[in-house]
Amino acid sequence: MADKMKKLNFKKFLKGNALTYLMVIVAYVILFVMQTLGLLSNSLSGFLVPICAYVVMAVSLNLTVGIMGELSLGHAGFMSVGAYTGAVCSALLADLIPFAPLRLAIAMVGGGILAGLVSLIVVVPVLRLRGDYLAIVTLAFGEIIRNIMQVIYIGKDANGVHFAMSEGALNMAEGGKMIVRGPMGVVGIQKISTLTMGFILVMITLVVVLNLIRSRQGRAIMAMRDNRIAAESVGISIAKYKIMAFVTSAVLAGAAGALYAMNFSSILSKKFDFNTSILVLVFVVLGGMGNIRGSIIAAAALTILPELLREYADYRMLVYAIVLIVVMLVTNNPKIKPMATKFWEEKIAPKLPKKKAKEGVVNGK
Amino acid sequence: MYKKIFAIMMAAAMMLTCLAGCGNDKPASSATIKIGGIGPLTGDAATYGIATKQGAEIAVAEINAKGGIQFELNFQDDEADGEKGVNAYNALKDWDMQILYGCTTTGSCVAVAGETYADRYFQLTPSASSTDVTNGKDNVFQMCFTDPNQGIAAADYVKANNLGTKLAVLYNNSDAYSTGIANAFVARAKELGMDVVAEVTFPDDKNTDYSTQLNQAKDAGADMMFLPIYYTPASLMLAQAKDMGYAPTFFGADGMDGILALEGFDASLAEGLMLMTPFNATATDTRTQNFVKAYTEKYGADLLNQFAADGYDCIYAIYEACQKNGITAESKPEEICEKLIATFTSADFTIDGLTGSGMSWTTAGEISKTPMVVEIVNGAYETK
Repeated sequence: MADKMKKLNFKKFLKGNALTYLMVIVAYVILFVMQTLGLLSNSLSGFLVPICAYVVMAVSLNLTVGIMGELSLGHAGFMSVGAYTGAVCSALLADLIPFAPLRLAIAMVGGGILAGLVSLIVVVPVLRLRGDYLAIVTLAFGEIIRNIMQVIYIGKDANGVHFAMSEGALNMAEGGKMIVRGPMGVVGIQKISTLTMGFILVMITLVVVLNLIRSRQGRAIMAMRDNRIAAESVGISIAKYKIMAFVTSAVLAGAAGALYAMNFSSILSKKFDFNTSILVLVFVVLGGMGNIRGSIIAAAALTILPELLREYADYRMLVYAIVLIVVMLVTNNPKIKPMATKFWEEKIAPKLPKKKAKEGVVNGK
Repeated sequence: MYKKIFAIMMAAAMMLTCLAGCGNDKPASSATIKIGGIGPLTGDAATYGIATKQGAEIAVAEINAKGGIQFELNFQDDEADGEKGVNAYNALKDWDMQILYGCTTTGSCVAVAGETYADRYFQLTPSASSTDVTNGKDNVFQMCFTDPNQGIAAADYVKANNLGTKLAVLYNNSDAYSTGIANAFVARAKELGMDVVAEVTFPDDKNTDYSTQLNQAKDAGADMMFLPIYYTPASLMLAQAKDMGYAPTFFGADGMDGILALEGFDASLAEGLMLMTPFNATATDTRTQNFVKAYTEKYGADLLNQFAADGYDCIYAIYEACQKNGITAESKPEEICEKLIATFTSADFTIDGLTGSGMSWTTAGEISKTPMVVEIVNGAYETK
């Protein structure tokens, strides 16, 4: 009886949120200690912040794609709004707030808020469209944002902050500093993103998304996904919950963008194109729709993978693609998945007797 | 069935692993100076990265054959992206790189230059032409002209040779390179009292229809058109201008170099096109001819362009500076960085290369060399 209880609890633990939090915290502690002791290679320590940003992107997109069930192809657009806003905030506040983590936090909040405001514009078509049509609209939105970013010029001089759509129209006074320069992007960003700040953002994202899913609102959103008509018939306001999920997702993406931008000395709007949106979607699909823990693992693994493949030189991207296809087949194909599980149970698991024996001893005690 | 597919795929992956492994079995000798290279080897900008890599490899092979200082070049892919560029840079740091050659593209180079400045690595880029690359960073040097300098040189040339009275400028306003040159050109042209009648833009190099832009220029009565754009959009634009019967003098920047090698391009369209390029493969001096011969033998003539020549010159500039300072395989990157900065900015340090003779560098890291203009005559470059 007690054994059964334990087994049940263990299964619950595996499915529950505690494991997700624990996984992130353990990973952070290990990496932080290793980084402090200087045990990480330059390559690996270079990934840490981008991985945090991509994890937040993947988890927030999972809210739209997995939980709400609407395909969004413009997630990088929100990221770029956040990245630009964050970079500008940080540049303007550089003299006022010398304490970097606080400035980064303000930049992330600012990026999140503006991305959320922009998403309110996109929500208008989101409420009216579904499926493929929505995918096309969000795709177009991402491209529009990128094109707007390319003609924005922002500068700061003694008279204040200037904003224009071309370099000549900026009318900067002598000694003014350009912050955003159209196609040249934002240059001269102070690198203030750290692993710890990335970790905090990931934790906040997890708390927001996981609690939203488990709440009454989350159930309403999922009900909407599973059967829209049935959900409407029991009095769920489709508009309200769609806006809720979509804006939450955009705000988190904006904060991730700010974190990402502040990890590099310059950012270009080109970076946040269609390909980045698709990359994040790949994280979500590979990790499993609606599976938050899967998104985290997929985002981290797929960010590191192309770098691990550097030794294959010219074949790098080919090997990357093959690995992606194989993982996709093994984890998601209904015919191959049981085969892989069976292979694990029959061929690999029996060869690992030590672990089980030890567990038995512990249980015996 | 699925099992079979799975097995085949795994086998294919394994074979690839072996193949890729074979290419990398170079014995790592300990007495070489380790030069890291960064540029796009895959993606849209791959042709530029591959050209700079191959040009540099020719130079490294020549230098190593001479005896004396030995170089080892490890060139990493950055897909022309800042994030990947920084990843590549970190990987090169793990490889114990001593000097950085790159990056090929501006966007990636600006991001990486921020890192090398903080870490104190000497960096020489063959082709990243924005002023942001060197701005405020004493350790970064360029082999190519900066965008504003090229725009200014173009305006000066147009004025001096009286190429037109009413000027139009067509550029890609989503591209830093194109916008940088165009802005400087317009500013300089106005300073010289020339009449800029039209400034027209297009949003993306994948644009295929330029009739609106051409009509704007035509309606404004422009008799000379300045095109600081890459050769792929330019090839389409030239064809459409011909169809419209619009024939002003076309004048391009160095991004136009390569238009004659473009597959399926009718070379007669480019007849009379003038462009600024630092490198002319048909030049008759021995240095150029030796390079052209070595390059064609090893890689074919497909990418024999200014990017390859810039790469070749970069490695020779590093070589000369290393020789001058007695840099060895044991020298620390920071020490090399400080010594090479002093050498590159000293007044008596000049390099004769494929892309110019007597090249020297300012303390800002910008190169000073004579700009060269060529005209396409009978389907070949003719130096003006």
